[in-house]
Amino acid sequence: MTPGQSALKAVAGNNSTAAFDVERVRQDFPILRETVYGRPLVYLDNGASAQKPRIVIDSMTKAYETYYANVHRGVHKLSQTATDAFEAAREKVARFINAPSVDEVIFTRGATEAINLVAATYGRAFLKPGDEVVISHMEHHSNIVPWQLLRDEKGIVLKIAPIDDEGGFVLDAYEKLLSPKTKIVAITHVSNALGTITPMREIVRLAHARGARVLVDGCQAVPHMPVDVQALGADFYVFSSHKLYGPTGIGVLWGRLDLLNSMPPYQGGGEMIASVSFEKTTYKNSPHRFEAGTPAIVEAVGLGAAVDYVSALGLDNIGAHESGLLAYATERLSRIDGLEIHGRAKDKAAIVAFVMKEAHAHDIGTILDRAGVAVRAGHHCAQPVMDRFGVAATARASFGLYNTKKEVDTLVDAIGVVKEFFG
Amino acid sequence: MFDDLRELYQEVILDHGKRPRNFRCIADANRQAHGNNPICGDMLVVYLAVDGGGVIRDLAFQGKGCAISMASASMMTEILKGRSVAEAEKLFRCFHEMCTKDDAKTCENADQDTLDRLSMLSGVREFPVRVKCATLAWHTMHAAVESKQPVEVSTERGQV
Repeated sequence: MTPGQSALKAVAGNNSTAAFDVERVRQDFPILRETVYGRPLVYLDNGASAQKPRIVIDSMTKAYETYYANVHRGVHKLSQTATDAFEAAREKVARFINAPSVDEVIFTRGATEAINLVAATYGRAFLKPGDEVVISHMEHHSNIVPWQLLRDEKGIVLKIAPIDDEGGFVLDAYEKLLSPKTKIVAITHVSNALGTITPMREIVRLAHARGARVLVDGCQAVPHMPVDVQALGADFYVFSSHKLYGPTGIGVLWGRLDLLNSMPPYQGGGEMIASVSFEKTTYKNSPHRFEAGTPAIVEAVGLGAAVDYVSALGLDNIGAHESGLLAYATERLSRIDGLEIHGRAKDKAAIVAFVMKEAHAHDIGTILDRAGVAVRAGHHCAQPVMDRFGVAATARASFGLYNTKKEVDTLVDAIGVVKEFFG
Repeated sequence: MFDDLRELYQEVILDHGKRPRNFRCIADANRQAHGNNPICGDMLVVYLAVDGGGVIRDLAFQGKGCAISMASASMMTEILKGRSVAEAEKLFRCFHEMCTKDDAKTCENADQDTLDRLSMLSGVREFPVRVKCATLAWHTMHAAVESKQPVEVSTERGQV
């Protein structure tokens, strides 16, 4: 069987979620055969980065071994093949998020760079002192700091949409923050620290009613649910490859073509120019305007393979499988004395952040690690969320498509060890 | 099972973590520093009252963090009280080596009882990412005695 076929077979011929054969899917991920400290790896840190299926690894090896060259430059055969593969990856991404045009898909170094790109180009060019940017209380630092840099440079005002005690997005409070001065709304689709799925269509509708542009941080959304940028109605959508079972070093900025082509370049260099003379340089349109320099060619190929892989499994199937894990994990963890789950929004992705009365998150993380269970312990690059709930750190189990209920049991058993030590 | 965990989380350490000693502010401290471990969110303030002869008359801390950082701070206050600043600095280097190297050399002049107490936390060697939890209080103490102004230290500036 060639790589990926097992995944395809896992759902073939049956649209019901019962057909999602997780044991078969697990065979696609070489790393899941590894042990840590002599125990089977239980990888529950997918929110930080996901593991890679064989088909992604192989696609990248094949690129390096058989057709690697720089793209968009050479007249030679390899360069043409590499360019075709690179642009094919862009097309895959465009289809994946239902972008109306492939020219709207810009490859960046990651989601962080994608947000910085919008702040540094759209933000610098079109925002004036006194203009307002609205973010939420549960943003990742990468969707806070770029706007603070813009604030310090341009004298704009940053407003924070609140969250409730369950970690839910408070739509009416958000609406009250909006004004004719609101120029950009930048909000996460799924919170990395709490798992909350935000009501993005409503967020977009309310922002557009005031003439504001909306940037969506989709890092934690694209691995877990189908995303259709046209249905959302957003203006910009960003995500990283490595959380979507693809390689590190590449991410995606999707934007509406009219906006992208109105924006000044981000970085200057090769590939982004139409013509250069010492007197005047003109720029290409999107996407190349924003892709100065040699891009992450093989990473793009790997991202394309990752998109193929999750699409073949079906994002609905993946989402249903993970919802089952979330419900099971929430149910089992809730029964543990002294354990408190942070983030109990009604609409939630498969992320369970928790604290324990007996033990600090870091001590929990260390003990779980020795039991083979990888979780994140800390502030998850979302310190304002931690402050909102009055904790310095939480432990976070974030699930992916290859996780199982048995692994939830291992997590619960390992928390039992924490209680043995600290109880 | 979990032998190295038992080595790290010994009873004494768990006890200091739960009921830290000298967990208070020293109103007339003449040396103090703020220590911060931004990755874990550990933070603490170390207060020292140093007399004219360079002897630490009183030593205390306040803060929050994991069991290792709290226990280490608590045990440090017990070990260093009554010692000279010069001795404290020597023991800092000794403890730092214990936490990071298998054959600590800078500990030669320390008495056995002190060594025994310092070595309680040396199990952290097996947990490299936790070394900074164990050394945070000591780095902070070191920063406090070096400067007469209140200072801030962070484990993310290359210190471990």
